[in-house]
Amino acid sequence: MLVRALTDHERGGWMLLGVVVLLVLVVPVANLVVLESSPFHISTYMVTLLGKYLCYAMLAISLDLVWGYCGILSLGHGAFFALGGYAMGMYLMRQIGNRGVYGNAELPDFMVFLDWDSLPWYWYGFDQFWFAMLMVAVAPGLLAFLFGWLAFRSRVSGVYLSIMTQALTYALMLAFFRNEMGFGGNNGLTDFKEILGANLQSDVTRVVLFVISALSLALTYLLCRFIVTSKLGRVVMAIRDAESRSRFIGYRVEHFQVWIFTVSAVLAGLAGALYVPQVGIINPSEFQPLNSIELVAWVAVGGRGTLFGAALGAAVVNYSKTVLTGALPEVWLFALGSLFVLVTLVMRNGIVGLWRSLMKMRSQRE
Amino acid sequence: MIAFHARPLWLTIWFAVVIVAAGVLSTSAAAAEVDFGAVVKSLNARSFDNKHTAAVSLAEIDHPRTVLVLQTMLDGKLYVRRRSEQVVFADKLNGGGFHLIDAVSGDDLGSAGRRDVKKIGVNNQLRKALRGLIAALSLGDPDPSARVDAIKAITQSADPAMRDILQRHLEGETDTDVVAAVQTAIVVFDLDADDPDVRLDAIDTASSNLSAQVREKLTAIARDDTVTPALRDAAVLSLDRIETRVNQYQLVETLFFGLSLGSILVLAAIGLSITFGVMGVINMAHGELIMIGAYTTYVVQLLMPNAIGWSLLVAVPAAFLVSAAVGILIERSVIRFLYGRPLETLLATFGISLILQQAVRSIFSPLNRSVLTPEWMSGSLEITSGLAITYNRLYILLFAGIVFLLLQLVLQRTRLGLEVRAVTQNRAMARAMGIRSTRVDILTFGLGAGIAGVAGVALSQLTNVGPNLGQGYLVDSFMVVVFGGVGNLWGTLVAGLSLGMVNKILEPAAGAVVAKILVLVFIILFIQKRPRGLFPQKGRAADN
Repeated sequence: MLVRALTDHERGGWMLLGVVVLLVLVVPVANLVVLESSPFHISTYMVTLLGKYLCYAMLAISLDLVWGYCGILSLGHGAFFALGGYAMGMYLMRQIGNRGVYGNAELPDFMVFLDWDSLPWYWYGFDQFWFAMLMVAVAPGLLAFLFGWLAFRSRVSGVYLSIMTQALTYALMLAFFRNEMGFGGNNGLTDFKEILGANLQSDVTRVVLFVISALSLALTYLLCRFIVTSKLGRVVMAIRDAESRSRFIGYRVEHFQVWIFTVSAVLAGLAGALYVPQVGIINPSEFQPLNSIELVAWVAVGGRGTLFGAALGAAVVNYSKTVLTGALPEVWLFALGSLFVLVTLVMRNGIVGLWRSLMKMRSQRE
Repeated sequence: MIAFHARPLWLTIWFAVVIVAAGVLSTSAAAAEVDFGAVVKSLNARSFDNKHTAAVSLAEIDHPRTVLVLQTMLDGKLYVRRRSEQVVFADKLNGGGFHLIDAVSGDDLGSAGRRDVKKIGVNNQLRKALRGLIAALSLGDPDPSARVDAIKAITQSADPAMRDILQRHLEGETDTDVVAAVQTAIVVFDLDADDPDVRLDAIDTASSNLSAQVREKLTAIARDDTVTPALRDAAVLSLDRIETRVNQYQLVETLFFGLSLGSILVLAAIGLSITFGVMGVINMAHGELIMIGAYTTYVVQLLMPNAIGWSLLVAVPAAFLVSAAVGILIERSVIRFLYGRPLETLLATFGISLILQQAVRSIFSPLNRSVLTPEWMSGSLEITSGLAITYNRLYILLFAGIVFLLLQLVLQRTRLGLEVRAVTQNRAMARAMGIRSTRVDILTFGLGAGIAGVAGVALSQLTNVGPNLGQGYLVDSFMVVVFGGVGNLWGTLVAGLSLGMVNKILEPAAGAVVAKILVLVFIILFIQKRPRGLFPQKGRAADN
């Protein structure tokens, strides 16, 4: 079974794994070994940017798992991503110790600023890396489990569920914006110094984080691929295509839905946790409904229901975002908006679908 | 009356009333001039008490220079010449010494040395009294708001002599605001009276007065150990009564704010409810249609800058047409290809919303535009003292009601409404009966979008008109629609109003943001219990 999981891929899946391996081999060398004057040198800025894309790709795959394979369009997946990010951010915050502006070893700067005299209970344990990592998975997972359990049990589905997930992330955004929540309010968590004793600003740490992100992306893909090719995956797809029929056959539809939803949320949380140390900040704007919808666009552009397509979409859309917002900031929203319309009207299955139909046409002609 | 002959008759009468009130019966002008000179001279008294008496009698003389002399004295620029005892206005010169003007006649007296003149000193108590006297003189101002200001200044002076002036002023006063202010001021004076009976009476009357000053005084009495227990108890009782009144008013106000917020939510959501109900289409660009309505208002006001009062009446149909046109364009160009695929529609319309936002940003600038509020919508309706309702919220509440009723009429009484309801219930069956569903779709979408535009006109009067206007209302409108039950106008109405109420009732205790979060969490939980909202559609069409 394990062998099947590791080897049973479509061409696109092999390509994704190939790209990840290539990145892992090339980028560290090009950044650390190749001299800066050389044209083959990759700057640390570029490494961080690529690392960011890898996290986005992970996030996109996690959304594709629920949307592409289970038909649940979550408009609040950014919330799970941000929760994972916050868990990581809290650990990084505790690592600052007494090097903050106020030099308080016990309290993060923003708490000193708010005149708090002790650490809130929910910050306990975050000075331990293992606990923080546990929370990276538990916080989004638990929220997804509770939400999914309530929603799927009472058969909330389709657009209703989408709107509810949007309300969820909106409510979380409002909550995290409040200073009283104890997560840094408006500014969020930032000014991180080091992770596991390694300086976050150093090139080596950046490269290590990049490599970990790349490997995590590969593992995420393999895990999701394993899930969707398993028997459970078949049932999940049956639910996507005919929910009532699957129920009548005797499957407990809601169990499958909750399970997939929770797994997906945990993966999104992991992506967030890898994202935060690389970009150096996490704030409530990550909860914005817009972010979650943009995420849906990545998956739609890449190709819904093809895991590697989601990763491809994340990379393509975000690369064009980086380029466009740099060169023509006014055009970006026009481009993103048109992308939504085009993908839904013309390219129903995204880039992957387009490619496949091109291939089909060619083979028919031959 | 020579001093007033150039003024209009009513003003003259008004001043006459004041003069009568001030206790000066028609004195001849010449006599007044003599008196004036003497009284001004008496300002140069030794003790502050005598100066005070002199100032009071000066205020009672009707003379064009009275206020000027009192004001100069207050400013500390009233001096007396050492040799002649002549009272003068003295302005300090740069090189030392003073420039003198005769206080009585206003003649220029040239400059004088520092040692030639002596200042007529004032202390804080006297300053207070002077301010009160000047204010009492401005009680004659024709502008009621200026009179109210004067009364406030008099109350601040806390000069017991003023009480009688106010009392007398009350007789001739016609403006209700001024009367109320005078009454409050008299209560404040009586609360400090020496006679315990007067005080007790005042405390009793104070219980129906909501002004902050009265409450402050009452609190002071209630805490004062030097007064008799009877007074203290009366004060506590009075405070209690005021407290109850204030709480009642606050409740009414909260309920009104709740209704107001609710009416806005209903306005924003009702268009969505129609399109969602009839076509099963999630229109994420709905918020932007609201925004377009608000910007239409802005443009209408730009086009008719001289008739802001009428601009809203023009803007309502204009916004309806513009938004409806944009809505129909969206329907024809995108949504019609996506029927039966609600999730894709959601994404496509979201894309459109981004495009519209950016378009507005490019055309009008990313900054907020200021939409003017017409005269008849600004200000507030004062029901009783301490309870006022702003006109803009009141009108929007009424407006929402009218829009709802019109929409209900269209849906229940017209051919189009019948067809819309038929398609909502069962599209296939309706088509089989010969209803052209495409036409219904176009018209419904236009109607829903147009109402969004009309909501935008209303919102332009309450919030900032900017590119993000619509986004803020999108999640809220969806909550209302989902909570009320899709495709049910009454459901939308009940849901909108109750959500607005709940939000505003929670707000004082929990704060605005927490209230909003609680409402969102409540809806999320509620939907688990009743997935189809408060008023679900019944029948076979409901589950598809």
